Amino acid sequence: MLSIGLGHYLTLAAIIFTIGVVGIFLNRKNVIVILMSIELILLAVNINLVAFSIFINDLSGQIFTLFILTVAAAEAAIGLAIIVVYFRNSDTIRVEEIKNLKG
Amino acid sequence: MIAHSVFFYIFSLIAIVSAVMVTVSKNTVHSVFFLILDFISISCLFIMIGAEFLGMIMLIVYVGAVAVLFLFVVMMLNVAEQKGQWFSSRWDGGTHIPVGLLVSLIIFFELIIVIGGWKYKPDLLNSLSINISTEVTNTRSIGNVLYTDYILLFQISGMILLVAMIGAIVLTYRERAGVKRQSYFKQISRERDEGVDLVEAKRNKGVKIDA
Repeated sequence: MLSIGLGHYLTLAAIIFTIGVVGIFLNRKNVIVILMSIELILLAVNINLVAFSIFINDLSGQIFTLFILTVAAAEAAIGLAIIVVYFRNSDTIRVEEIKNLKG
Repeated sequence: MIAHSVFFYIFSLIAIVSAVMVTVSKNTVHSVFFLILDFISISCLFIMIGAEFLGMIMLIVYVGAVAVLFLFVVMMLNVAEQKGQWFSSRWDGGTHIPVGLLVSLIIFFELIIVIGGWKYKPDLLNSLSINISTEVTNTRSIGNVLYTDYILLFQISGMILLVAMIGAIVLTYRERAGVKRQSYFKQISRERDEGVDLVEAKRNKGVKIDA
């Protein structure tokens, strides 16, 4: 309990990952919150990588986290641009009213 | 050691609570602020565990850029206040809630099972590739590896950022009607014949200029 090991970090990452998945599944109002949930999921993955990298004494996990950070930033920019264009065209970003793809 | 564990529990509690608030809160601006709080506490954890460079980069990139981008978009789109419950659906009567909770629970328990299995088999850890040396700082060792072994990946990630920038600009660009702007080519290629009009002025008649 008092000594923090690898399992603590992995459990924290699992909890945050699950919260992100719940946010994607249950959200019916706002696409931006879905994008934020995706950011949470990527954050959980980063926690996993950094924790393993520190605890097994291998630097490549941190390198990989850097690349994940890059891709997450690019994804956020593109996703927000798509949301802005969609809002401009159809005046809503409610999840349940976006059904052009009949999903 | 005790201080380490106390700070770990504090930061992880803040991170978990703010992650819950990101998905639950009705106001989208509040969710963006809780996202910022989440990133800050996780980067504190990174700095505490020994990955200082990543913690700082996390602060700069996420708190400084991505979260502010989210905030801009939320305030620009004017959808900050979500009406009603965040999870209630208008059409399907709420069947997505048990399904979503079930799937998330299954994912959570799978992750927990994986963590437990990892703790029982510590001898799987002997596939090291790049050792962390204790003599140089974290930033320096990352730089040593990033610009030599991973240079191709580094440049490809730069290309990814470029493509994302161009894509965002192309997606959101629109040409508005009725905006007067300079046309350099027209200005430069103007000739004397079309610019100057010589008129013979007659006495007591004046000159009539047709518009």
